[in-house]
This record gives sequence, structure tokens and C-alpha cells, in this order.
Amino acid sequence: MLPTETQPQTQRIRPALNFAARRPWCTLALLIAAALVVGTGVLFLLNLKAPGLLTAALMDALSDPGQAPVLLKQGLLNYLENGWSFAPWMLELTSIFMVIGTLLAVFGVIFALTSLVERKVLARIQNRFGPNRVGPWGLFQPLADAVKMLIKEDIVPTGADKVLHLLAPIIMLVPALLVLAILPYGPGMAPIELGVGILFFFALGATTEVGVFMAGWGSNNKYSLIGAMRSIAQMISYEIPLFLAALSVVMLSGSLSPDAIVSAQSGYAFSFVPHWFVFTPWGFAGFVLFFTAALAESNRSPFDLPEGESELVAGHMTEYSGFKYAVFFMAEYIGLLGICGFAVALFLGGWHAPLPWLEWIPGYLWFFIKLYSLVLLAIWVRGTVPRMRGDHLMGFAWKFMIPMGFAIILAAAVWHYAGGGVLGWVASAVIVLMPYLALGRVVSIQYPASRRVYRFSES
Amino acid sequence: MNSLSEIIAFLLISSLTLGAAIAAVGLRNIVHCGLSLAVFFVGVAGLYLLLGAEFIGFIQLLVYVGAVAVLIMFVILLTRPEDEAAKLPGLRWRQLPGVLIAAGVFLVIYLAIMRSPSLLRDVPEPAALSIQAVGEALVSGHLLALMAIGVLLTAALIGAALFAMEGEDGK
Repeated sequence: MLPTETQPQTQRIRPALNFAARRPWCTLALLIAAALVVGTGVLFLLNLKAPGLLTAALMDALSDPGQAPVLLKQGLLNYLENGWSFAPWMLELTSIFMVIGTLLAVFGVIFALTSLVERKVLARIQNRFGPNRVGPWGLFQPLADAVKMLIKEDIVPTGADKVLHLLAPIIMLVPALLVLAILPYGPGMAPIELGVGILFFFALGATTEVGVFMAGWGSNNKYSLIGAMRSIAQMISYEIPLFLAALSVVMLSGSLSPDAIVSAQSGYAFSFVPHWFVFTPWGFAGFVLFFTAALAESNRSPFDLPEGESELVAGHMTEYSGFKYAVFFMAEYIGLLGICGFAVALFLGGWHAPLPWLEWIPGYLWFFIKLYSLVLLAIWVRGTVPRMRGDHLMGFAWKFMIPMGFAIILAAAVWHYAGGGVLGWVASAVIVLMPYLALGRVVSIQYPASRRVYRFSES
Repeated sequence: MNSLSEIIAFLLISSLTLGAAIAAVGLRNIVHCGLSLAVFFVGVAGLYLLLGAEFIGFIQLLVYVGAVAVLIMFVILLTRPEDEAAKLPGLRWRQLPGVLIAAGVFLVIYLAIMRSPSLLRDVPEPAALSIQAVGEALVSGHLLALMAIGVLLTAALIGAALFAMEGEDGK
């Protein structure tokens, strides 16, 4: 932070904010100390009701970090049942709200952090600093953004379909949030252990398209409608390779439940190579395919034509402002987090540690480390790869990715019948590589790389 | 229908489904009709889930909401000019006799079913169907039907591709 620039601003605001702006670390430490004091006080008061139960819950959670969230929840429920004599239905309700609250808090913080990290990393890639005015390293930028979004005017165009215009952001956000309910965060820590989890995930992904359509059509704007049409066409096309890549994993683990798929990837070969599906030829190809299709599904660059700023303003979000726009933004990021979480569960071994002697680190930390690495990879791709052209986008999905998906399924089947081993490695690698080379040749002949011609600026 | 919560959920989902179905035929704007149809499909999926048929429920959501409803929207927007799309006749008093006849037919069927002796028979509760069982049934007993559907879909795909190609030649 440059002191000369902040000086005139900070002198005008109140002394407390002045202090916070000048000594951010001191303020943070003070805040944490105050929270600790208040928290201990509240705990002490609550503990008077049923002595020992609350501290027992805390001690339980601290003694086994790997299962800490589960133990803490059970301990708190036990405390409420015995200390406050909650009825069974009240306990059930409390348990549900505890899980929902934790999920929303954790993913809310990750969302806020990601919106900052993305801007910072993109800025570094482009030789800039990025946001660095609000707080140390711009850490409080998301807060400022949230306040800005909340107090902005909410504009509904006169020609818009009011109901659809209002409902569209909600319909976009709900499926994105629902996906979080079935991710396996750690051993026995999936909020809902659904037997057909993968199917649930794809069904929710399909529902998002209706939201995009409602936003595009309800806004009564040409850019919105064109953006929505592009977006839906893209989502339908890229859903197929996404499904095919996931199907290879489903075939080999014999289950549609994310938990079962994660437990199918436990153990280590030669006691240091984990049995993750990404470390097999078909699994590696499947992971690349899944991640590429995931970028397209969440409308991220290089597949961000539906909201290509240079031609369509903001696609289906053109007519949205204020908090509705923020909801779209949130749906997009949470959707990206959810789909990356699925990629982690399907190919990167979920909550399993990468090395046997790292297993003391709790599983949920591993899950979030892997999840965030994928998010950083997506940001890196956004900063590196230019946007695709419309016909290239469709050609890539239908002529390259979908045939590759079928090849991966075949390779997975061969791997299964060869029972892994050297034969399985060689055979499935050949089955993945041959179509890759052949299809790559065909696609590069059909869509030759050529120098870009600017029709109006260079002639 | 055992517990109170199940009955409440059933009433909510079925009233949503019925309301959406009526809206799908009654609204004046054809795009609204299409979206109501999507809501109706969601309601049907909810009923399947309530019955414990998770696989069918999510497939309903995936196929009908994700594909059929979106296809309907595409068809509406690609085939109709904007102003024509906004004017649909909607429900009128003239259609009242039709409603009465439909209600009469429903009443006759309802009475016939309620008086049939088959309602008195004891039916054992069907076992929960696992997705493995569905898959095994599909590739063993119903293999012929599965392959026939595959051939049918391939024929439809080829037909669609043929139409698209003819359009390109005619330019």
C-alpha cells in the first residue's frame, strides 16, 4: 500500500478505520483476540447448562482432526439433546441447518477468495498488480465488491419479462448450490450419501440450461438472447464428453456414488504411487477431457464465447445489474467449484493423501487443496489461452472430444479385462493415443491454423 | 405414504405439478407455456423421487428438463417470429363443454376403478430397485428392446443429419 495515496482518504474517515487502514495486521490480531475472548465467554455461559458436554465435544473434535467436523457436530447435537432437551425433530432440523450453514460459510469464503485470487493471478500473468487498495494485498476487496453490488440500483428493463428476469438468477444458483450436497469432502463426510450421485450431478447441470434460457429470453435484448443460445448450444455439446469421461470411472469403480468412487482409489502402488484414476492412461485422458469440458460447462475462457465482451457485452447477463448480477457471478463460481470438486472425486482420489506418510493431514484438507489447485489451473488457462471461434468450439466438441470420450471408455474396458499391469498399461495407452493422433490430424486439417486477419483494421 | 412429512411433500409436489400442467396449456405466451412444461417435468421427477425411484427421477430431470424442454424452447424461438409467438388464444368459455366432458370421463373411470375387486387384493410391497438391478435387466432380459431403441435413435440421428446436409446443398 502506498502511504502517500491513502493519506488524504484515511484522514476523512473515522479514527477506528484510520487505525485499521494503517495497521492492518495489528487490527487483524486485535479482532482475533476479541473473537477468542467473546467465544470463550459464550462457551463458558453455555457450559453452565450441561456441564462438561460442550467441552467434551470440543476435546473429541481436537483429539481426532481427521474426523473433527463430524465429531464436533455429533458432540453439539448430544449437548443440545441432553443440555437443552431438544425433541428428535428439532435435533434433525438443527443437524440439517448445521451442515447447510457450514457448507455455505466455507464455500462463501472460498468464493470471495477466488474472486480476488483470480484477479490477482490474471493481473500477474499480464504484468500488473491487480487489486491492492483495500486492505493488505487487497484482501478486503471481495468485501468492498459485495457492498458495492448490494447498494447498486437494480434495473429491470421496461420490455423485459419481469417474472422470468427475476427467477433466472435464482434458477442458476440453486443447482450450483445443490451440487455441494453430494461432494465427498472427507471419509464419511458427504452431506448426503446418494447412491446415484453422478446422475444427480448431471441432472442438475442440465437444469442450469433452463436458467440461462430464462435470463436470455426474459431480458428482451438481442445480446442476451444470442448469448443464451450460444451458451445452451455449448452446454449441451460439452455435456456429452463430460458424461463420457465420468462414465469410464463409473465403469471401473462399479458405482455411481462419489463416496464409493473415492474409496475405489485408496491404497498405493510400490507404497508411493497412489491408486488414483488419473495415474492410468485412460484416467489421465479422461481427466483432461473432463476438465476441458468442465471449463466449457462453466462458460470459462477459452470457451467464454457466450459472454464474449468484445461482441456480446455480457451475453445472457447483459441486462442484469446490482445483486442479481452478483447472484449470476456467484452461481458461476460455485458451479466451477462444484465441477472441480467432482473432478477431484472422480480422478484425483478425492480426500486420499498423495503419499502414505502424508496421511496425518486430514482428508478434507487434501480435498480442498486439490479442489483449489484445479481452480488455479482454470485461472491459469484463462490467462493463457485466447477465446475460441464459434465453429471451432462446436467442431472441437463433436469431432474431437466426443470420439475421444468413446476411445477412453474402450481403453477403460481393456484396462479392466487386462487387470491393470504392463499389458493393461500398453493396451489402453495405445487405444487412447491412436485416436488422439488421428483425430488431431483430422481436426487440424479441417480447421487449419492461420494468421488472424482483421477485416476492418488492417486493409 | 406413511409419515406426515411424506404426505405434505406429496401434496406440495403434486399441486405444483398440476398447477404447472394447467399453466402449460392455459398461458397466452408460448414461451411461458414451454417453461411451465419444464416445471411440470421437474414436478414429475419429484414424484418419482418421492416413490424412491432415484434413477428414473434423475433421468427424468436430465432428459426432459435438460433436453426436451430446452429443445422445445429452441424450436419455438427458431420457427416463430417474435410477435406471432406472443399471441395464443388461451382458455375461453367456449371450451367449458370440453372441460365438463373430460370431468365426466374422469368420474366414470374413477368409479369403475373404485368398484373393481382388484383393489381388495393384497399386493406385496415392491423391493427397492437398485441401479445394478436395472442395468442387469436391461442387458439380459430386455436386450432386444434396448438394441431396437438404439437402432431407432441412430436412424433418427441419421435422418436429422440428412436434413441438415440437404439444407446446405440447396444454398
